[in-house]
Amino acid sequence: MNVQSGLASEVRQAPRRIEEIDAVVIRFAGDSGDGMQLTGTEFAHAVAVAGHDFSTHPDFPSEIRAPAGSLFGVSGYQIQYSSNPVRTSGDELDVLVAMNPAALKVNHADVKREGLLIVNTGAFTEANLAKAGYASDPLTDGTLDGRRFIGVDITQLTENALSDTGLSKKDSGRCKNYFALGLVLFLYGRPIDREIANVRKKFAKKPTLGEANVLALRAGHAYGEATEPFEVAYRVRARPATPGTYRSLTGNSALAFGFVAAAELSRVPLFLGSYPITPATDILHELSALRHFNVSTFQAEDEIAAICSCIGAAYGGSLALTTTSGPGMALKTEALGLAVMLELPLVIVNVQRGGPSTGLPTKIEQADLLQAVYGRNGECPIPVIAASTPADCFDCAMEAFRIAVEYMTPVILLSDGGIANASEPWRIPDIGSLPKLEVSYRTDPEGFQPYARNANLARPWVRPGTPGMEHRIGGLEKDFLSGAISHNPVNHQRMVEVRATKVEGIANGIPPLRVDGPTSGDLLIIGWGSTHGAIAQAREQATTLGKSVAHVHLRHLNPLPADLGDIIDRYKTILIPELNGGQLRKMLRERYLRDFALLSKVQGRPFKVSEIYDRIIELC
Amino acid sequence: MSHMPEAVALTKRDFESDQEVRWCPGCGDYMILSMVQKTLATLGIRRENFAFISGIGCSSRFPYYLNTYGMHSIHGRAPAIASGLKLARPDLSVWVVTGDGDALAIGGNHFIHAMRRNVDLKIILLNNRIYGLTKGQYSPTSEQGKKTKSTPLGSIDRPFMPASVALGAGATFVARTVDNDLAHMGHVLERAAAHKGTAFVEVLQNCAVFNDGAYAAVTEKATRHDTRLMLEHGKPLLYGKERTKGLRLRGLELEPVTLGGEGITEADLVLHDERGPHATLAMLLAQLELPDFPIPFGVLRAIEAPTHDALNARLREEAHGVKGVGDLGALLNSGETWVIEEAI
Repeated sequence: MNVQSGLASEVRQAPRRIEEIDAVVIRFAGDSGDGMQLTGTEFAHAVAVAGHDFSTHPDFPSEIRAPAGSLFGVSGYQIQYSSNPVRTSGDELDVLVAMNPAALKVNHADVKREGLLIVNTGAFTEANLAKAGYASDPLTDGTLDGRRFIGVDITQLTENALSDTGLSKKDSGRCKNYFALGLVLFLYGRPIDREIANVRKKFAKKPTLGEANVLALRAGHAYGEATEPFEVAYRVRARPATPGTYRSLTGNSALAFGFVAAAELSRVPLFLGSYPITPATDILHELSALRHFNVSTFQAEDEIAAICSCIGAAYGGSLALTTTSGPGMALKTEALGLAVMLELPLVIVNVQRGGPSTGLPTKIEQADLLQAVYGRNGECPIPVIAASTPADCFDCAMEAFRIAVEYMTPVILLSDGGIANASEPWRIPDIGSLPKLEVSYRTDPEGFQPYARNANLARPWVRPGTPGMEHRIGGLEKDFLSGAISHNPVNHQRMVEVRATKVEGIANGIPPLRVDGPTSGDLLIIGWGSTHGAIAQAREQATTLGKSVAHVHLRHLNPLPADLGDIIDRYKTILIPELNGGQLRKMLRERYLRDFALLSKVQGRPFKVSEIYDRIIELC
Repeated sequence: MSHMPEAVALTKRDFESDQEVRWCPGCGDYMILSMVQKTLATLGIRRENFAFISGIGCSSRFPYYLNTYGMHSIHGRAPAIASGLKLARPDLSVWVVTGDGDALAIGGNHFIHAMRRNVDLKIILLNNRIYGLTKGQYSPTSEQGKKTKSTPLGSIDRPFMPASVALGAGATFVARTVDNDLAHMGHVLERAAAHKGTAFVEVLQNCAVFNDGAYAAVTEKATRHDTRLMLEHGKPLLYGKERTKGLRLRGLELEPVTLGGEGITEADLVLHDERGPHATLAMLLAQLELPDFPIPFGVLRAIEAPTHDALNARLREEAHGVKGVGDLGALLNSGETWVIEEAI
């Protein structure tokens, strides 16, 4: 292949030019076995340590090891980092690293004009081109016109670099992601010393492979430095951020940390009952590794047993947590109803994915909102909150338990595939600044009635083992005070109403909404969940053009914040962008009896900033 | 965690709740409730430390009638709820009361996994071989050919033998008793209560309305000596009014024989062994059916194995040993961190 041979031999003569830029969007793409998620994560760490703000979007197939070279087996990891606040992983790519023809085919259209493609030409064999459905070679047939393209035979160069290690061709092939990482680290002016130390740590148990990866990394970096096509390196200016200690955090890790914090701060044991399901499983992994905290984890036989074990643990006095995704949520429905009847505190995390049914297990969607708010038999109100960013997951985990304990109720916490695996910098909070979580169990038998209520309409939490307060609870309708079975018609109505009033009352404890932008005007955007970044950035762009646009992002979805109605009244038009068919819009229409404009997207992908921006321009 | 006998003087009455019992007249559940109340009073456990969890069905009304902590939950899920409770609170004595539909149809998955894990739960299955609360449909233990409202032409399903399901799932304690033999039931319940791990007790229970007489052959005075095999560890498998019938091993099958005939003596009979390394004998016994064989009663199997709740508690200690007691600040600051300094 002429491109590859032509480039690989040209050794740079001129001194390197460094261009300063504000932001860059890079996507690493290859086979699911190519280690692109690892490459992307490592690159994210490298820019994080340099003090940049960033946002990532891992996008991988649901097959564990899809056939090599296939289109459906392409795995991608996108990162945007910047000297300015970063809200999303970026609309268009400045750089695409494509490890094979399939990765090129799936991704190249996302590269902006004049953007850069770094392509592993070593994988552009006839067989691989055929697997990707290319009739002719896209590197030479004009497919890439308008973009800059650098061909590098990463496969061969990695093999060359590892020739002395005695590794087989197959094993050295596994190191080529580190070559690519080294190359991109060079291109963006990042040192590799830190990365070398990381590789050695990561592969401590497989030192041979570890050293091979170090060689590949060095080779990639040196290749960039030495060869002509990479005459320009880029530097993203450092970002002035709030002082503090930072770390990178995914949404799933942030949830796990938040739940541990809730347990530690309340001094009540955390019990997780869970069944593995994409994309929620990492929460189970994280918490299972934290048993030296006040944490117990139970991998149940199914989704139903997972929530039922939590009901048992909550009855016993634990902070009970179950984690799942849409299909698992469907299976938990009956037990949710029981938890509502028992009025026990319990947190259910639904890391939403594309649905219905098995749907798009690894892709992003927000289509379980109505299921969370309404999806049960009977009048069965459950508070619902949603996290908006990976870091927000930490706060939402604690907020979910606050509501659960203060109101003696199950609480549904919605996350989604967009923030579960995505990471962003997180300013590590001071433990003393975290909200307190007060838990008290009733132990005084004097005048005890299992369903007598406090000012929050919460019934007392009484743990088995408390003398003199033995009582029975269950899923049958209960007497308003004693909790004994009651089929009395008036009592049932009263109980239905008090359960609803209790959940509505949660709105009294919600702080006022934050409105970004003008307090009244032409357009208000209402969002929820992981669309936060794209909405915020689109709003900022529109504002610079003089548009009057405000943004309010809802954490509390049931009950809705008490001040939302007043805020809505202050704007001419309201836009609701959602990664579903319009579920929040349906809820708000019903609640506020006015119309709302909708921007709906259900493609298994997050919003692009431009999609929201364009809709803003249409509306005002 | 073990229950140290405490100085508690309790009687059956202490375990009777203020709720009016609402089973049909003549239901076997009354006898079982009475025997459970009586047994609980003898265990040296304070009343507040018992928790009874049930699912749905006639049997699952049980907790309402016991003055302990209790939960009447949802259909089939009691073992899962009880497992979570026991893991969270190893100090409690946690019991499950269930039925043949609750445990073996809708709750089959939780049932087998409770057996497999060996959580320290006592599971009493009231097996009446019919759906009572929904008014008379065949159950997973109904005999083939059974005519019910949902099987007017006779059931074509093959039935489960609950004890063999439990054994197949790795149960560490399996016993069978019958509702009208209170002394035997009491003995079996005591053994179950003393067992460390999941103790499974099947109680053959008569449904007077929808399946009356299902167990007549083993409860009627006239026939029961020939239809019941009362198991005792280390004793030969003997039955019959004159104790002249027995079971011997022929190949990998049990065979009924009569003592005296063909020179057969007690020495030819199989000795009952609750504790064998494999569940083979218990499984053979669990599958015996009338009319060719007697129905075995008593403890089919009782072996010692670490309980899931004890292992779970040990995991915490081990984690403390390896990582020390968790420190929240250290956790939040773990991994790679970087510091943004105050701008000067």
